[in-house]
Amino acid sequence: MLTLLLILIPILSGFILLLTGSKNAKPIALVSSLIEFGLALFALNTLKSGAVESLSYNAPWVQSMGISFHLGMDGISMLMVLLSTLLMPIIVYASFNKTYSNAHTLYALMMLMQSAMIGSFVAMDGFLFYIFWEVSLIPIFFIILMWGGENRQKTTFKFFIYTLFGSLFMLLALIYVYLHTADKSFDIQALYAAGRSLPLVEQGLVMGAFFLAFAIKMPIFPFHTWQPSTYVAAPSPGVMMLGGVMSKMATYGLIRWVLPMVPDGVHEYGYLIISLSVLSIIYASCIAIIQKDFKYLIAYASIAHIGLISAGIFSLNMQSLQGSLMEMLSHGINTVGLFFVYDIIYKRMHTSEMSKLGGIRGVESRFAFMFFIIVLSNVALPFTNGFVGEFLLILGIFQTNMVAASVAGLSIILGVVYMFRAFQKMMLGETNALTATFAKLDKQEIITLTIIVLLIVSMGVYPKPILDITESSIQTLLQGIQ
Amino acid sequence: MEQLVKLIPLFPLISFAIIGLMNRRLNKQLVAVLACVGVLLSFIDSVLIFQNQMQGFHPIEVKVFDWIVAGNFNASFAFLVDPLSSIFLMVITGVGFLIHLFSIGYMKDDDGMRRFFAYLNLFIFFMLILVLGNNFLVMFIGWEGVGFCSFMLIGFWYKDNKNNDAAKKAFVMNRIGDLGFLIAMCLIFFNFGSLNYSTLFSPGFLSGSSVSTGTLTLITFCLFVGAMGKSAQIPLYTWLPDAMAGPTPVSALIHAATMVTAGIYMIARTNIMFSLTPDTMTLVSTIGIATALLGAVIGLFQNDIKKVLAYSTVSQLGLMFVALGVGAYTAAVFHVVTHAFFKALLFLGSGSVIHAMGGEQDIRHMGGLKKHLPITYLTFLIGTLAISGIPPLAGFFSKDQILSEAFAHNKVLFVLGLLVSLMTAFYMFRLFFLTFHGSFRGTHDQEHHLHESPANMTIPLIVLAICATFAGFIGFPHALGESMGIHNLFDAYLAPILGHSSSHIEQGTELLMMASTTALIVAVILYARHLYLGKKYVPESDAQMTGSFKKMAYAKFHVDEFYHKVFTQGLDKISLFLEKGIDIPLVDGLVRGIGKLTQQLAAISRKIQTGNTGYYAIAFVFAILLLFIFFI
Repeated sequence: MLTLLLILIPILSGFILLLTGSKNAKPIALVSSLIEFGLALFALNTLKSGAVESLSYNAPWVQSMGISFHLGMDGISMLMVLLSTLLMPIIVYASFNKTYSNAHTLYALMMLMQSAMIGSFVAMDGFLFYIFWEVSLIPIFFIILMWGGENRQKTTFKFFIYTLFGSLFMLLALIYVYLHTADKSFDIQALYAAGRSLPLVEQGLVMGAFFLAFAIKMPIFPFHTWQPSTYVAAPSPGVMMLGGVMSKMATYGLIRWVLPMVPDGVHEYGYLIISLSVLSIIYASCIAIIQKDFKYLIAYASIAHIGLISAGIFSLNMQSLQGSLMEMLSHGINTVGLFFVYDIIYKRMHTSEMSKLGGIRGVESRFAFMFFIIVLSNVALPFTNGFVGEFLLILGIFQTNMVAASVAGLSIILGVVYMFRAFQKMMLGETNALTATFAKLDKQEIITLTIIVLLIVSMGVYPKPILDITESSIQTLLQGIQ
Repeated sequence: MEQLVKLIPLFPLISFAIIGLMNRRLNKQLVAVLACVGVLLSFIDSVLIFQNQMQGFHPIEVKVFDWIVAGNFNASFAFLVDPLSSIFLMVITGVGFLIHLFSIGYMKDDDGMRRFFAYLNLFIFFMLILVLGNNFLVMFIGWEGVGFCSFMLIGFWYKDNKNNDAAKKAFVMNRIGDLGFLIAMCLIFFNFGSLNYSTLFSPGFLSGSSVSTGTLTLITFCLFVGAMGKSAQIPLYTWLPDAMAGPTPVSALIHAATMVTAGIYMIARTNIMFSLTPDTMTLVSTIGIATALLGAVIGLFQNDIKKVLAYSTVSQLGLMFVALGVGAYTAAVFHVVTHAFFKALLFLGSGSVIHAMGGEQDIRHMGGLKKHLPITYLTFLIGTLAISGIPPLAGFFSKDQILSEAFAHNKVLFVLGLLVSLMTAFYMFRLFFLTFHGSFRGTHDQEHHLHESPANMTIPLIVLAICATFAGFIGFPHALGESMGIHNLFDAYLAPILGHSSSHIEQGTELLMMASTTALIVAVILYARHLYLGKKYVPESDAQMTGSFKKMAYAKFHVDEFYHKVFTQGLDKISLFLEKGIDIPLVDGLVRGIGKLTQQLAAISRKIQTGNTGYYAIAFVFAILLLFIFFI
């Protein structure tokens, strides 16, 4: 019931927002997203107390096709729900001193998107997952189309078609496995059982089809070309939701739907995905180095980090999977942080071309300091959340594939090259005529950045509570696929 | 005792936090006091712990909290105090405190004085974590943490992009080493299932395990790559001379006395592993001696006071690696300690000079500072004598121990090491004479402003000079001490961790060696005196420089340019190719191509959709017919 409530509350707040109009949209959106976060914490508490059953909800839906409205949460789902409900108030608050036309519609769409994303994290029915997966696309489509920047029509179209194209393969694979279930059911356990009974090659094909959908959404090379332009065109709240939460739907999907459903295929062909992911890390890191625009740089950096997560998932051990989950959380927080930094700069300078900036530290050192902590987390310095995830990932990948881990490790060098270069170009050096006008941060900006910085450091210094959430679920998952 | 151990890193962390958070709300005096007290308390604490450790061998392990736990991987945030770490604690906090004290005077007029002290305290914190950690991962926190502080402090004057470039270069090169460290940790965990020292280094654990020597060699090699980065060894040494862009106290603390010795600490800490892998050991001593020679040769021709000292540091670190490579771990750590004293002294002395000269660093424009800066002069002389290895100053004992161990191990290594020592004596006295003797060669304005530094700057110099004079006696050589009944306390204290030196040469040989090396060094000093004092030779300006070798050495053999061209620009080219040659035309090209194709197909299919209802009806019927046929 609690889980159902987590999906319903954002929808409800979405409707309230649509009804009340844009006047009070901001506080309503903030309060409702905080309520949602509180509810997620309550759910976490329930999960910890061991009352897993109370988090489960199962109602028949399309009985003739074996589809049920089955929701449930284990530690993995819980972490994802926490991620999205934690980021939502931050994203809403980050937009507080910006004016959007029809703000209430924007926030309503964001709420709907959150509802769909949470749905995909808690769906325990294959078809239901697919529905949530697709529905989440609609609000973001409109958000970019209506509030986006230059080239938004073209970009949204590409983004939409590209992701739909990938999802189609997932649907086919789902139906294929469904046809092999004993009593024609989309329920997760039935799908697991059917998938595992498939011969090796077919498992590989199912894995490939799912992976295609997820690889586009994450994205990783060579399915990433929709992403940089979409990130650049999207308005800040949209891009934060895209990069912060939506990309995790895909990595979560791999853990929930691919690993346990076709374990033989994963064991047999997983190395292909690991290789592709590692290639993606290096490829994206290199391209990030020469980006001139900060927003493009964030986009490519994001691809690099996601690649590491993907490689970790297919390395199939405690460290790599715990690392990938930790990194999903960190990446979500840091991505929102980086886009907020972008927002602050762009709002003042009306450009994010790095060569035009410089010396901002001399004007607003507090901003430079907090920005730098986000940078440090991105280059995985110990005592930041980024380190915990990336260290576990590299340690875990190493145990499965030494070469892949060592090559992936190059990203800790390349990451410094592009991130520090960007920081230096924008923040250090002599202040120029443009950056001399850089206005001090206002209260809302300081609060937002402080929250992000505190999250980065506290998760980095004491990550155990977070690792604990998923530990036993991952253990169960790994035991099931041995 | 456990609480005392926990407090050591806590003091500087607290003062960092207070200064960092309060920043401009604190006045400068208060910041200085806070920063110094934080380190001083740590130092007192370290002394207490040292006293405790002196009472027989009993390592103390303290677990602070569980840090990263995942499945069978468990790395606690935990500390280990034993003779090795207690020595480093004393050096870090002791020298660290003196340098903090010196910085009060040196930085008092700087706008960023508060953040300077904040970073300096944070540095001490991370450096303490580095040596206190009881597993590799905690060492890695400190390892990266000090790298980060080094970055912040090299680029302290961030308005000049030259400093920022130097800072970034240092961080990137350190990161290359860190990757080695990271892979080593992965290998260790993969093969031994733990990163804890107490497990890995328990007696017989490594030698009794079934892990092959090849794997162990790979592990020690990767660890050594990490050490190369942090301790500026070939090929990862070029960042250290550039790091002189930071304020001079930073050069003294981070880039001479403490951080750069982290690589030596790491190998000393893992000596059990290294001793099992002779191939890596050979590599360590080879790289060490090569770096020592290179640093010394370049040092002979530099004219920037800090650059000379920087290359000297590179060279001295090389000597420490020579000691490690021949298994003389104690000798290496001993040289770390004495080097910390005399190099910190020399750097602070150069700071005092630069302070007096109004920022000038070129020794060609100095000269005759002796009468204006008497205390700096005297202490600098002691530092110079110490680094040159003149008995009975500290450098003599540690350098002699390294040379005699090298002699017992490999005669070539000994000869080259001796050569390094001779060059060291030469370039140091060249620097000394050009700076303090002769007549002043700077501008009239500069001469007018020459003054001795205030007491808070000269007191650290005096204390360090005392240490640089007497610290050597703690490691009194066996050859000399035996007949007099003096023991090598340093050896005995560290023996439970580092073992006794395996190589022993005859007493007579060693005494002869000591006498002859000292005689040679004195000869070199006299030659330098003849050249720079007698003939009043002053290095020519850059434009007038002749001799191709000299030019090459002055230009640091163009290694920086080579790295820049091959790695920095190479990476840029690869990146550009990936974006312009692959990403846009091929990867995205394919996507766009499919898009276009669909549009064209749509254009064709659009013609089918005429909008004529009759046409649709016929199509409809046909379709149903087809379906029927299909299903029957």
